[in-house]
Amino acid sequence: MGDKEQLLRDIGIADFVLTELVLYLDTHPHDVKAMEYFNHYNRIKLQMEREFSQKYYPLNTRYAESSKEWRWGAAPLPWEGACV
Amino acid sequence: MWSYEKRLEFPVNIKEPNAMLAQAIISQYGGPDGEMGASMRYLSQRYSIPYKEVAGLLTDIGTEELAHLEMVASIVHQLTRNLSMEEIEKSGFANYYVDHTIGVWPQAAGGVPFNACEFQVKGDPITDLMEDMAAEQKARATYDNILRLVKDPDVCEPIKFLRMREVVHFQRFGEALRMVQDRLDSRNFYAFNPAFDKCEDCNDKPDCGCKN
Repeated sequence: MGDKEQLLRDIGIADFVLTELVLYLDTHPHDVKAMEYFNHYNRIKLQMEREFSQKYYPLNTRYAESSKEWRWGAAPLPWEGACV
Repeated sequence: MWSYEKRLEFPVNIKEPNAMLAQAIISQYGGPDGEMGASMRYLSQRYSIPYKEVAGLLTDIGTEELAHLEMVASIVHQLTRNLSMEEIEKSGFANYYVDHTIGVWPQAAGGVPFNACEFQVKGDPITDLMEDMAAEQKARATYDNILRLVKDPDVCEPIKFLRMREVVHFQRFGEALRMVQDRLDSRNFYAFNPAFDKCEDCNDKPDCGCKN
């Protein structure tokens, strides 16, 4: 697995932790430990997403600033197997 | 509103096409217990829920269901790309092919098109959450049935992930149901629909949850 694939996989792992924590916190809004986990993984995920978008392609339009070529449109489609 | 991320919630990378399996798995796209019904059910039910925590949970689970809808579509797409005419004829895929070629269209495994009657928005929080819990179990059982048909690990792994999420959503909906019931009169939860009825003496019960 190359660096690009590894980083995309790590983003997926961090984001899954966040998805799970969001649903858990929706029904356990006073669990301080879960909130600490959320804050921690959220920071890591945002940092990795920014890095991925700078090095390879934007995963979201918030990272899609472009000058010569429209980078968002050139990004591969996830259903074609770009998501590892 | 929503914001799209160009990646899947869980990786889908299928190397071997299998049109017969695609025809079974498409039921989780547009079938009676599929992800289209799941996402539309939760995202439609949330408007009449008078408790913002529960409406928020419906939004978040409904949003995750959209990611599952995309995963199921990716599985169907990858199982049907590069099919030869011979494979289409041999695998029983010709009936689907004649209407949709190898596009992804919401239907059940038996060919019945997606229909909004596959889910309900009753406008009564207890009724709607009970339906949501049943829907998660029905989807879980469908994924179990699919797993008995799958031999390819490339297909098995994302299906196992989707099955696991049904179990988690069931748990969260159970907690949401308790949150609703905690705000109602435990002597008779059904005396009063907090999404419609108003109480007579709200001043004594600030947490009654009624529309007053």
